[in-house]
Amino acid sequence: MDLSSINPILFFASLMVAATPILLAAIGELVVERAGVLNLGVEGMMITGAVTGFIVAVATGSPWLGFAGAALGGALLSQVFGFLTQYLLSNQVATGLALTLFGLGLSALMGQGYIGIKAPSFPDIHVPILGDIPVIGPIVFQHDPMVYIGLLIALAVWFFLFRSRAGLVLRAVGENHDAAHALGYNVRRTRMLAIAFGGACAGLGGAYLSLVRVPQWTEGMTAGAGWIALAIVVFASWRPGRLVLGAYLFGGVTVLQLNLQAAGVAIPVEYLSMSPYLATIAVLVIMSAGRSPGSLGRIFHAAR
Amino acid sequence: MKRRTLIASTAAVIAMGTGAFAAAHAEKTKVGFVYVGPVGDGGWTYEHDQGRLAVEAEFGDAVETVFVESVPEGPDAERVITQMALDGADLIFTTSFGFMDPTVNVAAKFPDVKFEHATGYKQADNVSVYSARFYEGRAIQGHIAGQITESNIIGYIASFPIPEVIRGINSAYLHAKEVNPDVEFKIVWAYTWFDPAKEAEAATVLIEQGADVVLQHTDSTAPQAAAQAAGNVYTFGQASDMAEYAPMPRVSSIIDDWAPYYIARTQAVMDGTWESTSTWDGIGPGMVGIGEITDAVPAEVKASAEAMRDAIADGSYHPFTGPINRQDGSVWLAEGEIADDGTLAGMNFYVEGIEGEIPQ
Repeated sequence: MDLSSINPILFFASLMVAATPILLAAIGELVVERAGVLNLGVEGMMITGAVTGFIVAVATGSPWLGFAGAALGGALLSQVFGFLTQYLLSNQVATGLALTLFGLGLSALMGQGYIGIKAPSFPDIHVPILGDIPVIGPIVFQHDPMVYIGLLIALAVWFFLFRSRAGLVLRAVGENHDAAHALGYNVRRTRMLAIAFGGACAGLGGAYLSLVRVPQWTEGMTAGAGWIALAIVVFASWRPGRLVLGAYLFGGVTVLQLNLQAAGVAIPVEYLSMSPYLATIAVLVIMSAGRSPGSLGRIFHAAR
Repeated sequence: MKRRTLIASTAAVIAMGTGAFAAAHAEKTKVGFVYVGPVGDGGWTYEHDQGRLAVEAEFGDAVETVFVESVPEGPDAERVITQMALDGADLIFTTSFGFMDPTVNVAAKFPDVKFEHATGYKQADNVSVYSARFYEGRAIQGHIAGQITESNIIGYIASFPIPEVIRGINSAYLHAKEVNPDVEFKIVWAYTWFDPAKEAEAATVLIEQGADVVLQHTDSTAPQAAAQAAGNVYTFGQASDMAEYAPMPRVSSIIDDWAPYYIARTQAVMDGTWESTSTWDGIGPGMVGIGEITDAVPAEVKASAEAMRDAIADGSYHPFTGPINRQDGSVWLAEGEIADDGTLAGMNFYVEGIEGEIPQ
């Protein structure tokens, strides 16, 4: 065993990359659940975003347009869920699960001609001055732009939810949709917008896998990341700050366990493999004191 | 009463359908393939599917092939194989180690259907096993890797702790050590055959820990992409040529060529001469191919690697030739002794010099 072979700077740098797809998907789902909707289709929207992003990026040669396409693809798919649950009042749990299955199949179909193709490269940006700071520079300021965009989205979500009037309305809709309706807020429209935002974020998270982290298209490549994002939202008790922490913790332990294996630590591999899940659950459970939004998962109908 | 009529008529339709199917069945030999990954993985499953296409090209209208891709190893596999047998397949190839027990179980229920299981060791009257001596290719990889590494650290992305994978690690290590006594192997168990994100992450971690050669026993091209992004890192194509990453990072590859075997076995079913066999072929018969060694490798290394390939092919050299000790220092093969196939097939130990333990 030789722990010195683990380079802490590179370790923390790859932690930020490993956490980004989960962070993006989770922050979108947080907004959706804050609006009182439980969308279990995150995995399906992620994988659909991964394939639409890849297709657009390959067709245009621009990863930026690819990410835009991924957000659009995820948002469009989420509107299927929104229409079914908000207008046809279907069960949210069942519809969300169906969305995941549908997304996996749809993405496999769409990606048929794109297997084995390389994505256009998405270079890391070296932030001037800040990127040259020893230790912190390489860890924090030398990543691809999506790492920062993910963090900015998390910050914006926090500001929106807790510092803006529109965010207050959204939370009111999530806490008690009957009261919000009585006050004259449009519950259905608020929720449809939240669902679209959640879909767009999940799409970005998926595209981060297919365009940056892997980077190529393969069927089923999200491999359960959407479910982890869902769990992190709950364990973070619906708070953006804790959600960032949870995503980084999960990404960190994932990278750490591979590092420990490569360094030859004499811990059975099975325990190392389960460690990201255990650590994330343990820490967030200990921290969580939160309560779910009051109307989470309940069907709203204005006439009832 | 109406419901009864419906049931009766449905049954009639089904009977007619089956009858028609049976008639068509008599003319065509139906060959089924069960894959563990998608046909577009660019590696293991891709090559099996090339074999399937070769069968179609060889026999044309005389055969009908079907396949199911991305079948998980476990109970789901049994369901898929059963369905394939029920659909009238005459010959079914199951192409992953984890399909072993499901294949044997289903085979017991369908004595008239022939089964072929890749990389396993459980044979039955209607179950043949076949595999390729990938470790012969691993020897050549190790031989090249040991000489081109500058950090003396070679990363190895392993999949599951089964004999086939362990054989590969041992073979690569022995031949890297032979040409470079300072070489060290870092092994990561990914516990997957195919998960591009995880494979990419494992490759990145190994590179960060100083590996400048990454060998993989997983099926996707993600580690190749990770190595390319990192720059000065060498890789080898796994199962398929992965030539799109040549000349760097991919400097050579192990190519599985299943087509001749699949054609021969299909022919045997058509002729009624099929028998349960155990096939384990290597570079010599052509089941294992060595992809072109690129110019990123020094010329003399390339020449000696090709000489080793030819020696293995003509049988004058066996990659497991003593003296070889086990990891604990006990003697496995004495000077000049050659490993027997039984020990190789069940290999569950590292050779001397490899650090770490095999997960149990």
